[in-house]
Amino acid sequence: MDLKDLYRDVIVDHNRNPRNFRPMPDADRHADGFNPLCGDRLTLYVKLDGDRISDVSFQGDGCAISVASASLLTESVRGRTVPEAEALFSTMHRVLTREGEDADPAVLGKLAALSGVREFPARVKCASLCWHTLEAALHSEAAPVSTE
Amino acid sequence: MSLALATTSRPDATGAPFDVDAVRRDFPVLAREVNGRPLCYLDNAASSQHPRAVIDAISSYYETSHANVHRGVHRLSQEATDLFEGARETLRGFVNARSTREIVFVRGTTEAINLVAQSYARPRLGPGDEILISWLEHHANIVPWQMVCEQTGAKLRVIPITRRGEVDFDAFLGLIGERTRLLALSHVSNALGTVVPVERYIREARRRGIPVLLDGAQAVPHLPVDVQALDCDFYCWSGHKMCGPTGIGVLYGRESLLEAMPPWQGGGDMILAVGFDRTVYNALPWKFEAGTPHIAGAIGLAAAVRYLQALGLERIAAAEHELLEYATRRVEEIPGLTIVGTAPEKAAVVSFTLERVHPHDLGTILDHDGVAIRTGHHCAMPVMEFFGVPATARASFAFYNTRAEVDRLVESLHVAREMLG
Repeated sequence: MDLKDLYRDVIVDHNRNPRNFRPMPDADRHADGFNPLCGDRLTLYVKLDGDRISDVSFQGDGCAISVASASLLTESVRGRTVPEAEALFSTMHRVLTREGEDADPAVLGKLAALSGVREFPARVKCASLCWHTLEAALHSEAAPVSTE
Repeated sequence: MSLALATTSRPDATGAPFDVDAVRRDFPVLAREVNGRPLCYLDNAASSQHPRAVIDAISSYYETSHANVHRGVHRLSQEATDLFEGARETLRGFVNARSTREIVFVRGTTEAINLVAQSYARPRLGPGDEILISWLEHHANIVPWQMVCEQTGAKLRVIPITRRGEVDFDAFLGLIGERTRLLALSHVSNALGTVVPVERYIREARRRGIPVLLDGAQAVPHLPVDVQALDCDFYCWSGHKMCGPTGIGVLYGRESLLEAMPPWQGGGDMILAVGFDRTVYNALPWKFEAGTPHIAGAIGLAAAVRYLQALGLERIAAAEHELLEYATRRVEEIPGLTIVGTAPEKAAVVSFTLERVHPHDLGTILDHDGVAIRTGHHCAMPVMEFFGVPATARASFAFYNTRAEVDRLVESLHVAREMLG
């Protein structure tokens, strides 16, 4: 187990310079994610064009894993349909746990950088928070999401 | 004043410092490795480790003398009762209570405070009454009072703190008043390490006839505590932060107050006679100890007290103060590091943030090097809110820690900075 498996260059880069890190006043959907024990907090915004996610952004404060994961999420789901995003959500769920060892790197793209998280069980909740928050936004759930 | 020792003692002022290597050999867990490195345990404010003497006292009790207490006439029950009540006497001596009637065994600090909230405060409070706490409190000294306020219509008032993490005494004088029914204060802050000069607060409260509860969970492991000298009404602490087992703690209560309080929980052991029309409650302290108690926990805790006393509470305070000074100096050298909580009197706790590195990442990176610290809100979310941070990293030291371990902490913090900063 090497720390570099967790803090890969892609993760460090997305933490230092999170992509799509901005509010979205005209968002169609938004949801909050909050892990009170570690203090990770984010709001995820989604703009829909019919069934397609035309824009997605986030704001918040958290550890490198949660920030990088949210940043990578925004890059990965933009332009996808809602069912495609949900399929990716379930793939990510498997990637972040042991079951995901056979996940197809071609499907994952940069998201594969998060696969090292599974070696650090205490951090899985950090990486998955944004995905559960996206799910909540797509289903217009009002209550904040937590993965703790 | 007992607390002065925490900041003014030096090893040469209170006898020779103990041999820390010998002390470390008393703690079996300190021999283990984490991620291929010797364990560097700096999370003592969350829970401390156990010396062999405590582990042996518990095993020996289970191996030779276990039975239920206060019941049978058979030999084992008598031995268990003697050990359990003997432990109570040891705990009485530890804080210099007048009588073992004032020493109630509970699960820990949290249960002790809930007991006082429900049994002392609840029957006495009504709308317009006030309970006074400080902004420094652990959730365990906030939520039980919020619950009793909801139940009675009383109000919770909060003494603000300063940027250094001290309770604001002048603000306190403005808040304590005719409607104050109880003052509940942390003796030492768990999140920041601030030693609260509680004597001043107790004096003001007692002058007005207001009872005082102290949350001593972080104080008893680090400072000699004398409840008679403090002149507080309730003092609450946990075993597991002072080298004792989890699941055991003590409520010290002034006898006249405990006597007037109704039992909190009902059941066996807290009664003298039970009939369907009338039950006669047991005498103090058993009135507050319903059900079979944590016998092994009390015995283990008494062993922890004896261990600490043999080392010398003043020497422990002095050794920890040295570590605090050294650690403060060393971590302050790290660029971008800010210590949160800089009160002039502190227990051996260094809470901090590191620019561009979230505490949670610090926790993982340090753990990789075998260094255990706490990261998060430390069950003191209002303190985090006051300083405008979601979380801090906290290194908390015990007398068995060394300067070399402080150096390892600093070394790992540099690694974290290079990796993520």
